[in-house]
Order: sequence, then C-alpha cells, then structure tokens
Amino acid sequence: MSESLLHTAARPVTAARAGGLLRRHWPWVAALAIALALPWLLYDWTRARHSGFGVAMLSQMGMMIIFALSYNMQMGHAGLLSFGHAVFFGLGGYCTAHLLNTIKAGGFWLPVELVPLVGGLGGLAFAIVFGYIATKQRATAFAMITLGIGELVTSCALMFKSFFGGEGGVSTNRVVGTSLFGLNYGPSIQVYYLIIVWTVIAIALMRLLTETPLGRMANACRDNFERAQFVGYDPSRVRFFQFALSGFFAGIAGGLYALTYEIVTFDTVAGGMSANALLMTFIGGVGTFAGPIVGAILIVLLQSWVSLLSNSWLVYVGVLFILMVTFAPGGIAGLVLMHQPIARSGRMGRLAAPYARMAGPGLFVAVGFVLLIELCSFLTIGASQGKTFVLAGATIDPKSPVPWAIGALLLVGGGLWLWREGRRVRAAWDAVMEEIKAAAARP
Amino acid sequence: MEVLLVSLLNGLVYGMLLFMLASGLTLIFSMMGVLNFAHASVYMLGAYFAYDISRHVGFWPALVLAPVLCGAVGALIEMYGLRRVHRNGHIAELLFTFGLAFIIDKAVQMAWGLLPVAYRVPAVLDRPLFTIYGTNFHAYRGFMLLISALMFCAIWLMLTRTRLGLVIQAALTHPEMVGALGHNVPRVFTTVFAGGSALAGLAGVIGGNYLVTEPSMAFTMGPIVFVVVVFGGLGSLAGCFIASLIMGFVQTFAVVFDVSLANVLALVGIKVTEASWFGEVLTIPLPRIGALLPYVMLVLILLFKPRGLMGTRDT
Repeated sequence: MSESLLHTAARPVTAARAGGLLRRHWPWVAALAIALALPWLLYDWTRARHSGFGVAMLSQMGMMIIFALSYNMQMGHAGLLSFGHAVFFGLGGYCTAHLLNTIKAGGFWLPVELVPLVGGLGGLAFAIVFGYIATKQRATAFAMITLGIGELVTSCALMFKSFFGGEGGVSTNRVVGTSLFGLNYGPSIQVYYLIIVWTVIAIALMRLLTETPLGRMANACRDNFERAQFVGYDPSRVRFFQFALSGFFAGIAGGLYALTYEIVTFDTVAGGMSANALLMTFIGGVGTFAGPIVGAILIVLLQSWVSLLSNSWLVYVGVLFILMVTFAPGGIAGLVLMHQPIARSGRMGRLAAPYARMAGPGLFVAVGFVLLIELCSFLTIGASQGKTFVLAGATIDPKSPVPWAIGALLLVGGGLWLWREGRRVRAAWDAVMEEIKAAAARP
Repeated sequence: MEVLLVSLLNGLVYGMLLFMLASGLTLIFSMMGVLNFAHASVYMLGAYFAYDISRHVGFWPALVLAPVLCGAVGALIEMYGLRRVHRNGHIAELLFTFGLAFIIDKAVQMAWGLLPVAYRVPAVLDRPLFTIYGTNFHAYRGFMLLISALMFCAIWLMLTRTRLGLVIQAALTHPEMVGALGHNVPRVFTTVFAGGSALAGLAGVIGGNYLVTEPSMAFTMGPIVFVVVVFGGLGSLAGCFIASLIMGFVQTFAVVFDVSLANVLALVGIKVTEASWFGEVLTIPLPRIGALLPYVMLVLILLFKPRGLMGTRDT
C-alpha cells in the first residue's frame, strides 16, 4: 500500500523536477544568457569587429569570478582568512604558460580547451604542498602562514629565472593549433567563450561541493571546530581538503589568465592579487555562495573603467571596503538578503520612499568626496604627470580654493543631510520589522 | 672580524628600529587580538610628518611632534573605527585595519607624491662618530641606538613600575576581570593603541631618514614587523625584543656572507653547478635570498612552535 503510494508520487516529482530546476535556478540561466550576449551588445557595427576593451573586461570578469569563488571556499565556507591566495592563481598561470610553450614546441599534445585544467592541477599540487603546512593552524596563525607563503613565493618569483622568468615573466602563445573544435583561439572572442565554459563548469563544481559532506564539514569547522572534533572529524584534515580544492579552482582561473594575456608575471602571485581576492569576496559578501560573483564583477568594473578615468581608483575601492566592513559585514549579498523578510511580507513599498530620499544627499556626498580626492590627486600625482583636470569640458585648476570649497561643502552638507535621512530610514525599518514580528506572533 | 663587528653594530641598529615598531604592535595584538595591518602605515605617516615638520621648524621639534600626531591618529582609529567594528568580530577588525592600510598608502601618495622625498639626517648628526677597523660608524646610527634604548627603558619602566602599566599588563590576559575591578578597559585599549601608534611614528621619524621615505616603505616594512611579532610570541615584550634583534642580525648578515648551498655541499664533497638538478636554487648566493629569510623563519616557527619564542598563548 505504502509502496504503491510512493511510486505514484515519485513520477510527478521527477517530472516536476526538471521544471523546478529551471524555476529555482533562473537567475543563473539568465546570467549565463547575458554573459553570452554581452559581447554582441558591445559589438562595434561601424567597423564590424568586437570591442577589444569590452571583451577584455568580460574575460577578466570570468576568471576573477572563479578566483573570488575559490577564495570564498576558504574564507566563507571554511572560515579561513588567507593573505596568499594569489599564489595558486599565479602558479597555475605559470604552469599553463610552460605547458603551452611545450605544446607549441611539440613536446606534448593537449587540446587548448583542456589547458586551463593543467593550470588547475598545478594549483592543486602547490596547494597540497603549502596546505600541508598552513592548515595545521587555524584563525590568525593560518592567516600569518599564508601571508608568509605569499611573500615567499613572490620573492622566489623574482629570484628564480628558469621557472618564473624573473621580472619579465613567462610569455607564451595560445595559438598552438590543437583544438577539439578546429578553432585557433587567435581572436580574443573565442577565448572569451572558452572562459565562459570554464566559468560555468567551475561555478557548478564549487556549488556542488558545498552540498557534499566535505562542504558541510567545512561549515561545521568554521562555526564550531571543537564540536566538529567531538563528532569525530579532524578539522585540520577538513581544512586541508578544502584548501587543496580551493587551490585547484584558483589554478584554473590562473590558467585562463595565461591563455588570455599570453604572459604571466610575478604580480600574479604577489600580495596585490591576494588582496584583490579578499576585496572581491568581502565586498560581494562572504555569507552567500553568489556574493563573490557580484564582488568580482563590481571590482573588475571599477578596475577597468574607473582606472581609466582616475588615478585614485584604489582609494575608492579602499573606502568602499572600509564602509562595507564597518556597516555591512555581510557584503552586497548580505544587504540584499537583509530585505528578504520584508519583501516576502510585501512591505518593500514602505521603505521605498525613505530610500529614495537618501539618493539626493548620497549623491552629494559621493560627488563631494570624489571631487576632493581628485583635486588632491591632481595637485600632486597629476601635476607630476603633466595632466590637467577636465570636468564636463571645463578645465579646473586644483590650486584655486573655489573647487575645494565646493567639494567640502557638498561632503559636509550632504553628510549631515544623509545622516538625518539615515535616521528616518532606520525608523521606517524598525517600524516595518515590528509589524512583521507582530503579524508572525498573531495566531 | 672587521666585517663581523660592523655588521653586528648595523644589525643592532636595525633590530632596535624593528623593536620600536614591533613593541607597539605586539602590545596591541596581545591585548585586543587584532593584528594591526595599518601599523606600518602609521610608521610611514610618522616619517612623512617628520619630513614636513623638519622642513619648517627643524628636526628636533619633529622628533616630538610627529610621534604625538601619530599617537593622535592611532587614538582616532581606535575610538571611531575599531571600536565600532568590534561587534562584527575579530576578522572584521583585522579587515578594517587592512582597508585602512590601503587608504593611508594611497593618501600618502596623493599628499606627497609617488617619488621618495628628501628627508635628511640633521646636519649635527651627519658625521662619523668613531672609526673601527677603518670603517666609519655614523653618528646618526649612534643616535638611533640611543633613542631606541631610551625608549626601551621607558616602556619597561612604564609597564612594570606604574599603575597604568600594571593595568595594561592585567588587561593583556584578563580584560573582563580588569573591567570588573572598575578600570575603564576601553580607555586602556585606546591608550595602548595610541601609544603603539606613537612608537611607530617615532620609528618613522628616526627610520625615515636612515632608510628611504617613500610611499612603498610601509609595504616593505609591514610584513617584516609581523614576522617579528609572531616570531617573538604573543604577550611577551621580551620575546619581541629578542626576535627584533635576531631579525636585525639575520637581515644584515645575509647581505655580508656571499655563500650558497652549493658551497656548503662542496664541503661534504658534493659538486653542484647551475646545470645540475635544482642547480639554480642551490647556487643562488645568500645576499640574494636575504629578503626571503624572514618568511622562512615565520613559516617554520608557526609550524613547530605556534606560540613563538616566548609567547604565553597561541597566535
């Protein structure tokens, strides 16, 4: 009786599952569709060719998404703060570059499509070696060891010429003529689509990994490693496996880097790149799986767009990071998730007006701050580079006090106004939350 | 012998400079559990403040004013930054100082430019103090030694002989108990943070013209100071002192001895050339891998003795 019931119930479940999968994962499908279509939206129809800048930026996004997600495997999923994650990214890149050179020389045969996998294996191998050392410790000691390893590898990269190529790095050529689909990967758009494929594979694998016992135990060791020990797991071994796999994915990202830029230099293993992983992951949000993706996209946008406009884009990234740490430790994804209970109860409309009122002063503060920073930067760095500050067609003299006064006024006045509006938002927020609680308590 | 003595003196000067930076950091680290990434940035600020002050009113006022300014910066960071972030946990605090280091670095670049500034040793001290084996010992190095020795004595006396020092020592290990006894622990934290920052600023004042005052000086000094603090062990000023001196000697002696692993192997009868297996690693001379040694030390000590040389608890 019960068995037949199960059987009849099972069939509609499997049928509904395919539809449910699409319904549940529609944001991913939509994101993939956008990623596939974007190069054609940026296509330069007048000259009938792809926008080099656009494709380069999108490719960078792809590999940085893998890199940030692999970092989050340590930071978000296992609670391990690393300052040397770029080591596996860079070493994966070096392995890939050497492999491409070997293939080109005819010493080995491997289709180009699978070359990033070798980067991943290189990252894995080094992550096993370094992970064996680092994962014996946790928390701050782990962070310090990874910092040491990062500095160690960076110094080695400048010292040993045969593997790292010294300061010049290792250059390579991705057109090696071994492809499963007959592509030569000369145009960067072909590499971009290869990056998409690898990004999708890596995202899916990392997502599945969170569902495995290893992923769950990593969470457990992060939250309460003593209790995980009582249950019978060895936290340092869980850390080791998580660390090694995270190195594997970082290596894949490094392999894609080598394919895209055809040169790997020491700054792929250096502290700046590790800091990049940290910034992307934290600004995006460590608490959710998709947070680092958002962070990677945002940081690459800042890196490639704002760095064209301004010398001081790193200041903006730093300030954004500080603001995030102080006011929104959950990152962007955390901010979005905060609104979930309110959206579910259909009360988002109540917050719309207070939020909209914040837009004006927020804009003032942002403009004032950017103006002051740019003035400051043009006074010193810009002057030494012989640049002039041009805003909306008008040349601004950073030596005259007028723009400084305007900037300061906007910043201070806007700040005070923003503070007042912020209190209103908080009041509205508290009122809505109270209502939801009251509604939930009502029988 | 001659080389040995001169290197010993130079190592001592460098080690004492490191200690000035590391002592503040280790106090902050052991008391608040926060690894302050911005510490080396405050050191850089100290050097730049001193450069600006010494341009206008001279070096001697700068010696006092710049550390005071740095102490004020430290107090502001603690009161309006770290204390706010504290409720988000230790990782958030660490990341806060990390972001702060980022911003201070960029701010220094914007305020003083990308190139090194001409922050010079004062003319009075810009002469040889004495000569050993034909090598001049610069008077400014003697001055640095004097300042750091004075500072070491002052900290030591302050921590062991004064009431504030005793409260600080107690708060290092039992902050709740100290709070329960009626002491204002947050204020003690602020004091320590400001004091540590002032020490870093002082190190910047006397180190900035001994080394080079440039925007990357925080980045080159920061990791080494971390190594010293971790190597010496948490909660131990004596361990920090020994670790600073070791690091000073390691860094100066590494430059002097032109040997490589191949030379060592040759003593036991194994011949290694550039062409043999790992030849490049084995034949590289010590001065070239000198920059690497601190990190090897860091990884090794954390691996085998996570408490550091004289630490009282795990890192």
